[in-house]
Amino acid sequence: MTGARPLNPGRWLGVPMLFVILATILFAAPIRMWGLQLPEPIFAMVPAFAWAVIRPSILAPFALLLLGLFLDTFWGGPTGLWGLSLLVAYACVLAGRNMLTGQSRPMLWAWYAGASALSMTAGFLFTMMDSLAMPSLVAVFWQFLATALLFPFAHRLIDRFEDADVRFR
Amino acid sequence: MPFREGPLGDLKVPLTWTAAVALIVAVVIAVAFLLADRRETLQQQAYGVTRQTVDTVSKPVSGVIAAPGRWTGVGVDAVRNYFFAGSENARLKEELREMRVYRDRYLALVDENERYKSLLGLKTDPPIPMVAARVVADSRGPFANTRLADAGKEKGVVVGNPVMNERGLVGRVVGVAPGASRVLLLTDIASRTPVMIDRTNSRAILTGDGGPNPKLEYLRGSEPIQAGDRVVTSGDGGVVPRGLPVGAAVKGLDGRWRVVLFADSASIDYIRILLFKDFAQLADQQALAAKVLPPVITENPEQSILGPAKPATPPPAAPAAPGATTGAAPAAPKPTTTPAATTTRPPAATRPATSTPATAPARTPQ
Repeated sequence: MTGARPLNPGRWLGVPMLFVILATILFAAPIRMWGLQLPEPIFAMVPAFAWAVIRPSILAPFALLLLGLFLDTFWGGPTGLWGLSLLVAYACVLAGRNMLTGQSRPMLWAWYAGASALSMTAGFLFTMMDSLAMPSLVAVFWQFLATALLFPFAHRLIDRFEDADVRFR
Repeated sequence: MPFREGPLGDLKVPLTWTAAVALIVAVVIAVAFLLADRRETLQQQAYGVTRQTVDTVSKPVSGVIAAPGRWTGVGVDAVRNYFFAGSENARLKEELREMRVYRDRYLALVDENERYKSLLGLKTDPPIPMVAARVVADSRGPFANTRLADAGKEKGVVVGNPVMNERGLVGRVVGVAPGASRVLLLTDIASRTPVMIDRTNSRAILTGDGGPNPKLEYLRGSEPIQAGDRVVTSGDGGVVPRGLPVGAAVKGLDGRWRVVLFADSASIDYIRILLFKDFAQLADQQALAAKVLPPVITENPEQSILGPAKPATPPPAAPAAPGATTGAAPAAPKPTTTPAATTTRPPAATRPATSTPATAPARTPQ
């Protein structure tokens, strides 16, 4: 019964984590083209959404926490901010997992955008409480837009591993 | 005894529930990290070993990744210089002609300024040493605006040093590691910088919000600002030196006064870190840190101006006016009480820097 074989955590958790870290470092390069800087999407939203859709897991929340801590230390933000924001989005997607199964690609994209918005809202509120100041809504919107465009990567990850463990279909 | 042979061997917990428990544990850990974070204090102690290690590792990695972009920029500049050398030469000649007028005025004003300073006995700030560095990583999100520079502890950089590029103030150092330092930009939500409007001398606090144009808060004075006014650092609080160019004032869409940063008009590939910590470094540190206190000189009773100590004899019985007796009575115990009072005085090193006001700005704050 090969369908019941558990997924290899290195493949569905480790490799995406590595790609997220590499992409984050790559987009942090101080490059300007025609006076414009590179966008700064939250690449970690891709696994935060896809891992919750693929299957419930004990390791995935801790992997997300590690990714969030990496983002905080690499970007110089408050420690725990992105870990908590990503986990909020992950928890909501995991809770609505039954509704997501079998949805079309545009519908999944809408769900992904909703999860990204939720994560950004959580980050906005946590930052407000931490710094006692309101972040720029325009800057938050641009980051949300750049993050929402990453859905194809999340869809690819879901497609790759959704049927790997039939117990959670 | 193996676990499976025990009484709990047949116990099966659904994976969904264990995943939920793992999620809650991860959330609790994240909340604990967030509550323990002291980033907003901008102190060296708050910049832990983990962040220092990440910065040290990130510096070479990000440097390699940023190199192609830098080389491309250099190549584009070289091509542009080649094709537009003639027009640029004409522009520079025109600029040089204008600058000659400014130079003559500058030299005259410097001479006049020196004379005023010597007449008034003003103590001017000493020149501040600088360290040049290259930016290797850049975070531009709404919740963190920082840059990683490739100069660290080995070059004398410390937390609090202001950072500039060739146009204006960029931010200040919030973390230092071997070979790298983290610069908090003026646009970061945790950034607060005391500034003033150059035209009116009005004070304000430049507050970042993650957007490109930080806000001016706590503006003081009547009609303190107009669009286009030049904003410079005020030096209040000793965080940054006075007079560093920051930007130009604009009215934001939300009705608040904001600042278009001069530093943004040029690339921030290369920066200068001013090795300025606070006003304390402008004072005579050696005198302030003197560990040997001046000797306590007690009065020799034999050489006292009051004369040798006399044996306790009863005062003359001759009656005198009340005013005369009260004036002579406290003369004897004075020498013994004075040294005690001297030793309880706090040492000079613990006193606040009395010379700091001398380095304060010449202009009168509003």
